Amino acid sequence: FLQHVKASFGTLKPEAKNMSQQAVNGVSHRGKVLTLDSMNPNVKRVEYAVRGPIVQRAVQIEKELKEGVKKPFTEVIKANIGDAHAMGQKPITFLRQVLALCSYPELLEDNMFPEDAKKRARRILESCGGHSIGAYSASQGIECIRQDVARYIERRDGGIPSSPDNIYLSTGASDAIVTMLKLLVCGEGRSRTGVMISIPQYPLYSAALADLGAVQISYYLDEDKCWSLDVAELRRALNAARQHCNPRVLCIINPGNPTGQVQSRQCIEDVIRFAKEEHLFLMADEVYQDNVYAEGCKFHSFKKVLFEMGPEYSSTVEMASFHSTSKCYMGECGFRGGYMEVINMDPEVKAQLTKLVSVRLCPPVPGQALLDLVVNPPQPDEPSYTTFMKERTAVLAALAEKARLTEETFNTVPGITCNPVQGAMYTFPRITLPQKAIDKAKEEGQVPDMYYCMRLLEEEGICLVPGSGFGQREGTFHFRMTILPPTEKLKVVLQKIREFHLRFTQEFS
Amino acid sequence: MNHGTALLWKRRALSSLSATRRGLPQEKMSENGMVSRAKVLTIDTMNPTVKKVEYAVRGPIVQRAVELERELSEGMKKPFAEVIKANIGDAHAMGQQPITFFRQVLALCSYPELLNDSTFPEDAKSRAHRILQSCGGNSMGSYSASQGIDSVRQDVARYIERRDGGVPCDPDDIYLTTGASDGIVTMLKLLVCGEGAARTGVMISIPQYPLYSAALAELGAVQINYYLNEETCWSLDIGELQRALDEARQYCNPRALCIINPGNPTGQVQSRECIEDVIRFAAKERLFLMADEVYQDNVYAEGCQFHSFKKVLFEMGPEYSNTVELASFHSTSKCYMGECGFRGGYMEIINMDDEVKAQLTKLVSVRLCPPVPGQALMDLVVNPPQPGEPSYDNFIKERTATLSALAQKAKLTEQVLNTVQGISCNPVQGAMYSFPRITIPEKAIKEATDKGQQPDMFYCMKMLEETGICLVPGSGFGQKDGTYHFRMTILPPNDKLQILLNKVKEFHQRFTQQYS
Repeated sequence: FLQHVKASFGTLKPEAKNMSQQAVNGVSHRGKVLTLDSMNPNVKRVEYAVRGPIVQRAVQIEKELKEGVKKPFTEVIKANIGDAHAMGQKPITFLRQVLALCSYPELLEDNMFPEDAKKRARRILESCGGHSIGAYSASQGIECIRQDVARYIERRDGGIPSSPDNIYLSTGASDAIVTMLKLLVCGEGRSRTGVMISIPQYPLYSAALADLGAVQISYYLDEDKCWSLDVAELRRALNAARQHCNPRVLCIINPGNPTGQVQSRQCIEDVIRFAKEEHLFLMADEVYQDNVYAEGCKFHSFKKVLFEMGPEYSSTVEMASFHSTSKCYMGECGFRGGYMEVINMDPEVKAQLTKLVSVRLCPPVPGQALLDLVVNPPQPDEPSYTTFMKERTAVLAALAEKARLTEETFNTVPGITCNPVQGAMYTFPRITLPQKAIDKAKEEGQVPDMYYCMRLLEEEGICLVPGSGFGQREGTFHFRMTILPPTEKLKVVLQKIREFHLRFTQEFS
Repeated sequence: MNHGTALLWKRRALSSLSATRRGLPQEKMSENGMVSRAKVLTIDTMNPTVKKVEYAVRGPIVQRAVELERELSEGMKKPFAEVIKANIGDAHAMGQQPITFFRQVLALCSYPELLNDSTFPEDAKSRAHRILQSCGGNSMGSYSASQGIDSVRQDVARYIERRDGGVPCDPDDIYLTTGASDGIVTMLKLLVCGEGAARTGVMISIPQYPLYSAALAELGAVQINYYLNEETCWSLDIGELQRALDEARQYCNPRALCIINPGNPTGQVQSRECIEDVIRFAAKERLFLMADEVYQDNVYAEGCQFHSFKKVLFEMGPEYSNTVELASFHSTSKCYMGECGFRGGYMEIINMDDEVKAQLTKLVSVRLCPPVPGQALMDLVVNPPQPGEPSYDNFIKERTATLSALAQKAKLTEQVLNTVQGISCNPVQGAMYSFPRITIPEKAIKEATDKGQQPDMFYCMKMLEETGICLVPGSGFGQKDGTYHFRMTILPPNDKLQILLNKVKEFHQRFTQQYS
């Protein structure tokens, strides 16, 4: 058989060659079973710019740099994605100590670990099958963690009750968002489910809707008012959509991604009233709930506002709220931890949800453990408290400083205007592109802001995501940039973008 | 709003919430002068394909088991002291200890300060160091590439080459996944298209692992059943594949053939000959092959050996190895490691169209990346301690102990169950389950039917209530009409397994007597 193997090696590479060889061998040539024309058409419609072509090019350039290819820069800075640790942010010590203890419980005998870390680890292990994070958990998530999540929500929301039965742990927030959307999709043609999402949006939403074959209903945030949400615009979008689909869901991201606005309490009330009036299921993406920087801004959870509006709302409006371990001060993206809380969900639907998540067995247990620590961090009388607070505060203060720095610097560049980064981890400045550049982009078959970002990548090694990946008003152009690089590096990045923008504008004037 | 008002709202909200639970909201609301309306999302207005999903391994019987556990812990009297969950292949939950080396490296990756700790062996440290270096910012907390960490995919490729006697493997064809389930669902999703008679059909074995039927229901694909032959140790017969395919061609477009080897729930290990036949069949009938090989280290029976579909495909020569499209799946959850909670896994794709591959890469990017601790664990599974490294001896000792215990339990299970009149059990050649056939008396079948239950569900529920043993009825996996089975894991520790088998035996005798 070795000869066979060798023979197959020989013909493996050049596709064309092996086809002709087949013909020679008398085997009729046939196309593949699975081709672009015969694959799931919904998947083809999926787009996810945050990891799209520009990031693939960035990875290529990194490889080229490593191979010694000369570039006008020495490293690629990936400011395309909210990946804090990749940008040098250090993990919170306490969280990682507990994870190490859970991974290798022999360390519970080690004196180098503080007692509160050990206590947390023991509690987590005791609620795992066979006391191992290698066991499957309940599909909804480990029970004691769901209890801790519920208590966290109660504290956050000033005592409004939360039931662990309404908490579903998830594989990052993305998983739960897709699951909720999946539950909501039904009907065909004009009765197909429509889902309202903001423009600009986080492209997980458009990607999931394409995958599920649901109708995307775009409502525009008002860039002139710091990306605020206006109920009249919601109504316009809804009425227009009612002509061709069945709008059933309203998605809100607060604090905003990619736009960084923080919604006022008043605005949230308006949205809730609108959802009730128009009979919409609310999905509140609140993964940046600790990332609020601007003075006068405060995070208000949709749940809290809903309950403060009284039983007329709190006992009727259906809602799911999402949180994650990937953002805030911890930035633990790789662990894929998260949860959702469902409110006023029909019990029969809830049973279906529980069944649906059981097919995937369970969210990753290390991510569940991490989430437990996020919702149940060291307390003032515990040994790790001081360090924990110091680390947490340092991260959040640095982010606030970088948010301010980013806004200030961009606004000094002619042709770039930038709203305050009130929260989250991104700036989404508007860029003016000369007509000649727009024409040039079209010539090359590219969206103008993609052309701009590709040029920036090739010339400066900075990887951003073009605004077109998030959606924007026609004729306007933007990019999304994270504010995550360390302050010194961020200054360099901002300076380089400034120089590039000026050069680019000049070139095409 | 001040705190007092908030509390007032809270009380009101609570009272109306409990009213909802009692089924009173409508009257209550109309008293308040509010218009009552149905919910936005109800059983009638939800995704109909989700409603069709069923997953017996965590179905009603397991929910009842969890309830019983709660009742026991609340001090309720039962005819048993503990619930034994033999429903799922969850090794650690059954007391299997993690492999020391794996957990040492994971601890080091979680808390790199431990790299300075002299109690950790050097090989664990060097693995941890290598993994961390390939993570963004040297942290497991950063996102990886959506396809998985480069260096881990390289290690997977080298592992496959070693396993398959040198058949080459390209890291670009490896996709790391969130457990094998994630890879399987993703591949099925790519394959589904068409409407009506052109809708994609997918061939799955009966009995099957219900992830497949669940995923097909959700994707709205057509499930094509082919039956394994219980009389010949659950073997797969090409004649049966052909029958199933020809029938299905009347109403759908069969495009994929799924094989689980070693078998779940049936425990058979396919012969090389049989795999060749399947590959020829797939080539002839133009089917995309999906090979679920997560139990590849779990082979116990003498004369049985695991043959990967990829190896056999390449040994059949270029006529096949250049044309047959194949995806193969592996996981960190089974074999000797049993690390289910980490949700690690990979798939290798072979002969996939380049454009489709680009679509696959795009699709997985939406979920950002598989959990990084699971990727790290996968790396250790495919790149374990080598001879000469300090952890090697202990690693081999632990690995061998687990696998030989499993082999012994496989034999014990078959032997004991076959002593029971009315139970017949094929050898557990591999994997982690026994799927014995049970004879259910006519009277019991009638009582079950009267209750609206499947007879084997009735049987398993009764066993759970009387003995505390949680099994999954055969109907959850599919079986030939008129036959009944259950699936039981062979994972409990030896002494516990003996007790369990005895209890099953006694229950079956009692049950048979009661309904005779």
